Amino acid sequence: MLEIFQYDFLLRAFTAGIIIAVIAPMIGIFLVVRRYSLLADTLAHVSLAGAAVGILTKSQPALTAILFSVLSVFGIERLRSAKKIFGESALALFLWGGLAGAVVILGLAKGFNVNLFAYLFGSITTVSSGDLYLVAALGAVILLLISACYKEFFFISFDEELAEVSGVNTRGLNLTLLIMAAVTVSLSMRIVGVLLIGALMVIPVITAMQFNRSFRQTLFLSVIISLLSVITGLFLSYYFDLASGGTIVLTALAIFLMSLFISREN
Amino acid sequence: MSENKCIELEDVNFHYNGNPVLEHVSFSVKAGEYLGIIGPNGGGKTTLLKIILGLLRPDSGVVKIFGQISDELEKRYRIGYVPQKASQAEFYFPATVEEIVKSGRTARAGLFRRYKEEDYKAVEKAMEIAGIAENRGQLISKLSGGERQRVFIARTLAGEPKILILDEPAVGVDIASQEKFYAFLTYLNRELGITIIFVSHDVGVIADEVNTVLCLNHRLICHGSPERFIKEEFLEEVYGKKVTSVFHRH
Repeated sequence: MLEIFQYDFLLRAFTAGIIIAVIAPMIGIFLVVRRYSLLADTLAHVSLAGAAVGILTKSQPALTAILFSVLSVFGIERLRSAKKIFGESALALFLWGGLAGAVVILGLAKGFNVNLFAYLFGSITTVSSGDLYLVAALGAVILLLISACYKEFFFISFDEELAEVSGVNTRGLNLTLLIMAAVTVSLSMRIVGVLLIGALMVIPVITAMQFNRSFRQTLFLSVIISLLSVITGLFLSYYFDLASGGTIVLTALAIFLMSLFISREN
Repeated sequence: MSENKCIELEDVNFHYNGNPVLEHVSFSVKAGEYLGIIGPNGGGKTTLLKIILGLLRPDSGVVKIFGQISDELEKRYRIGYVPQKASQAEFYFPATVEEIVKSGRTARAGLFRRYKEEDYKAVEKAMEIAGIAENRGQLISKLSGGERQRVFIARTLAGEPKILILDEPAVGVDIASQEKFYAFLTYLNRELGITIIFVSHDVGVIADEVNTVLCLNHRLICHGSPERFIKEEFLEEVYGKKVTSVFHRH
């Protein structure tokens, strides 16, 4: 066995990382094709505020992060459907609101030194076994929901109006998708960090899209690219003592650059 | 007669921001009919379609589809809709022709259900009828406007609709493809018995193809055979004096 896996915390980080690597692009692809990539970043900042509340109240930061980001989905959707402001502006409001709230609450909790860096950039040493169970359980639910409603998610992403006309429950499915995005973002916070979660949901997808494949193949390809990025990134971050989130995202970007090269050759 | 009416509207009214869009609109469509709806832009055509499709609710009046009140209509997929954007150019979406056509089967297959044998057969048949079976593996973004239009028709046909509603389907498609396309619609209507509602601002096209014309400018101006429509000079009323001089009147 590799030396790296002798440590329990690393084994936990790898397992959590692999689960997130699988689900992040599966949600991300539906955001990318609907030009809603910024949602991931917004939810990440709201999650940070949620985690800050968890630290302040000395409860479970992972759970409060999920709670906050899921609640914000309802707020964003409401603002968007009221059509008083652009959908993009609704995202911006929540992004800044989340960040501002997080900074103020973390200040109150005196959490700047201990926790902030880990939350912002990801820290593989902080994945507890409780975190791992949560990631595994919610990851399984998300995987199940996406495979059960794959054809519906595809339909509403490609042509929402037609889906509605033919009697598909577009409202319910949209909300399900956004809630899954919120949960995924909160779960990923420990591994890649708030500032980089969006990257893990989006970069593998746009990389896979360079190969001009069907939607299903693009989806599988993006999961493989994401797995490759997370596993390589975690190894590099361990052996060279680098920040895990940044290393994962830089790996993903390197694969993206390679894909541009390969697709041009073809 | 009443048992084979598939769409009935009774005194439908619709306002938008205080402006009347539809006023006292009443008509019915028989099963197997090929109806053309014409009228000037802003005359309420798209609104009328959206009301029939259940995307908008009228302020007052009754809409019945297959004899059921529209709000309570089950199995909505029986009304197939080909939206206007079908022929628009921008489609950078990573999906193949077959995946798009298959998506038209989503509602019929049902939530949480996998596609069955009959679903695959319907998808196959729809692609064959629309003449795009050989393009199945191609990405939607690589197709021409005319091809893409056929993909969207196939998608709707995959749901095996009883009624097909098309909103300005020929916009952005070249003339040669348009002619083939109209012949194709006539085939769907005559050979497969699908009721067709075709919305266009292009009067000439509609008069040649359809068996009933309905013209709409906020209210119903006429409803009858295309011959009657041309003969009785409704055009002036619909489009106003300036435009009428363009048409050859006999």
